[in-house]
Amino acid sequence: MEIFDNLALGFSVAFTFQNILYCFLGVLLGTLIGVLPGLGPVPTIAMLLPITFGLPPVAALIMLSGIYYGAQYGGSTTAILINLPGESSSVVTAIDGYQMARQGRAGTALATAALGSFFAGSVATFLLAVFAPPLADLALKFGPPEYFALMVLGLIASVALASGSVIKALAMVVLGILLGLSGQDVYTGTPRFTFDVIELADGIEFVALAMGVFGIGEIVRNLEDEHTRTVMVQKVKGLLLSKDDFKRIIGPVLRGTFLGSFLGILPGGGAILSSFASYSIEKKISRHPERFGKGAIEGVAGPESANNAGAQTSFIPMLTLGIPSNPVMALMIGALIIQGIVPGPNVVNEQPNLFWGIVASMWIGNFLLVVLNLPLIGIWVRLLTVPYHILFPLIVGFCCIGVYSVNNNEFDVFTMALFGLIGYVLVKLQCEPAPLLLGFIIGPMLEEYLRRAMLISRGDPLVFVSRPISATMLGLAALALLVVLLPSVRKKREDAFKE
Amino acid sequence: MRNLKSAAIALAALALSVAPFAAAKAQDFPSRNVTMIVPFAAGGPTDTVARLIAESMSRSLGQQVVVENVGGAGGTRGAGQVAKAAPDGYTILLHHIGQATSATLYRKLPYNVLTDFEEVGLVTDVPMTMIGKSTLEPKDAAALIAYVKEKKDGVIYGNAGVGSASHLCGMLFMSAIGTPMTTVPYQGTGPAMNDLVGGQIDLMCDQTTNTTGQIKAGKVKAYGVTTPNRLKSLPDIPTFKEGALPGFEIAVWHGLYAPKGTPKVTIDKLNAALLTALQDPKVIARFADLGTEPVALERATPEVHEKFLAAEVAKWKPVIEQAGVFAD
Repeated sequence: MEIFDNLALGFSVAFTFQNILYCFLGVLLGTLIGVLPGLGPVPTIAMLLPITFGLPPVAALIMLSGIYYGAQYGGSTTAILINLPGESSSVVTAIDGYQMARQGRAGTALATAALGSFFAGSVATFLLAVFAPPLADLALKFGPPEYFALMVLGLIASVALASGSVIKALAMVVLGILLGLSGQDVYTGTPRFTFDVIELADGIEFVALAMGVFGIGEIVRNLEDEHTRTVMVQKVKGLLLSKDDFKRIIGPVLRGTFLGSFLGILPGGGAILSSFASYSIEKKISRHPERFGKGAIEGVAGPESANNAGAQTSFIPMLTLGIPSNPVMALMIGALIIQGIVPGPNVVNEQPNLFWGIVASMWIGNFLLVVLNLPLIGIWVRLLTVPYHILFPLIVGFCCIGVYSVNNNEFDVFTMALFGLIGYVLVKLQCEPAPLLLGFIIGPMLEEYLRRAMLISRGDPLVFVSRPISATMLGLAALALLVVLLPSVRKKREDAFKE
Repeated sequence: MRNLKSAAIALAALALSVAPFAAAKAQDFPSRNVTMIVPFAAGGPTDTVARLIAESMSRSLGQQVVVENVGGAGGTRGAGQVAKAAPDGYTILLHHIGQATSATLYRKLPYNVLTDFEEVGLVTDVPMTMIGKSTLEPKDAAALIAYVKEKKDGVIYGNAGVGSASHLCGMLFMSAIGTPMTTVPYQGTGPAMNDLVGGQIDLMCDQTTNTTGQIKAGKVKAYGVTTPNRLKSLPDIPTFKEGALPGFEIAVWHGLYAPKGTPKVTIDKLNAALLTALQDPKVIARFADLGTEPVALERATPEVHEKFLAAEVAKWKPVIEQAGVFAD
């Protein structure tokens, strides 16, 4: 079997002392920057690029990849502990993870995230090894109409994110879309909602919005009410998962892995959707959907697996086609060019030790991550016992550094402060911020793909239903809408029959 | 406690050692790190050019040249930051052809491209290639031009966004053949290339940095090179100058700039380091991988680049105004 030869080659490359060392360095750095709010893999990898000059290409890429998927592991930590998602993928984790932490189950939530990520990462790497070329071909079949249909599906599913009022959730989605549409129009260059502020020309920075609405808003709320904090600190229960917990997370982890692996290969937003989609599905099929939003372990297990699987499979377009699916992959391509390797579809054949070495290192890296992260959980949880008047200025400080580092732009720090205020008001109004963020992410993509599909079809709307993949997804979206609406329809009918 | 104390001493020492630099004379340049601002995201072709040059310049200047990515607003945010930086040579800008086109594309630019910078020198000309989806009918450049003239806006041209190199190349091509196509902008080359390889769009013209790998793998059809000479990395691809469309010529040049008012000695030192970098075998080898080469040394002087920049601004003004696309 060719695949075994290839994997043997990969492991022979990855299992050298030097490469294991760089893999470890990568995942360690990744975990650290993942934990630090706002500081993401993009600025870190950009900073480290000059160092990779002196390394052999395989070692450089192994380390940079480790930073990327390591950050996915670490990113959930602050989301769970202090309601601070530093990246889009951990927004969903914050919903139930933070509630678990408030109930004293922070250790369990972190362990769930680590184990789910490990499982998902390993399976997704296997898919990457065996099916990379056909999966890449599948991703190429996704044109603008298909992406549009996918976004519609995602948007409709987003209503499930809300644990309270559906109307308020819809309002938040719409507000998110409006915020997301600010900035220069991709098609004409016309500025929208920028009020002649040049810093708004590229729209509102996602990290600033997310950290403001979630993290800073939560800090303000905590300061107003010292009581809830004390309760949370006193009740730190066991760190690991009970048998019952294990039973509950198996399903979500498997489904999350599958969903994340598939959505991860789609460039242009597929990976972002995976954790949202996983959460919606878990809530929909759960027998107790009312527990979601109040500390359901399934709401941590599914999305965490999905985002880690997605992180792994998002390497597929980069490695097999030479096309970056996100800014991190664009950086990796930059690293390849600096190393004198021209990225493209031929890299797999011309540099087999590079391709298979990276794939093999991903298993090693995922293993190192779980070994690294499980013992750390105890330390993270103890962090919660630090008195809040010491903890919160530190969090705010790190947030400012993190947000600034995204674009080296102080404007983003003020943006975060403003959205912190808005986040506090939203909490007071009992509006949940997760649908707002989903609207913010999906809104601009929805518009971009819709307009692109219409441009390419030269104004023919039938393009959405004449292509099988897009038609199927739109059908599913209609079905999902029906499922959301049915209970209220049925209720009305029952009311009618009573009379 | 002891650690704290030594840390405090180290900090104080650092503060003391930094203070005199503020008043350092131009003759002492460079006495600390130089920041090279790239007005685009890390990992892109311009960033790669910058990092290769910066690494070599660090060696000849004896101080680190640190690349900082200040992306946004089509490169004008990073350029604006350099225009307003202290004119001491410690903040420099590596920008591409967008430095010239932004003068027309942005009608409310907060700085003046021609008067707010001191040119250090031209770095490289990255050629572009016109590529089509693998199933596109025409076999060569001449057939392509006939095909576009016949199908007009039935042909879909993708680009990496308003003001990008692929956008400029498309505008120039359409104005050269006098036929508009349907233009579909993307956010960056990656997604546009994805749709071209996937056959969703018909045509794109982009830097060899982005296209060479796809051309060699046969995932796209190459129609022609936009610079006068054939490329060493793609010797089989004819140039447009060879006959199909002789007037159509574009290269994505990259230049180095300092803020206006930077002392002449400092500019000369930066230029000397640039010239050394352009003759550095490692830089030449990596540039060759990108399908480009350093510019001839006589074009890399501040005086020649100043004239060249002014000529480029004048060249693009009518093309952009005729297309009626502005970025603000």
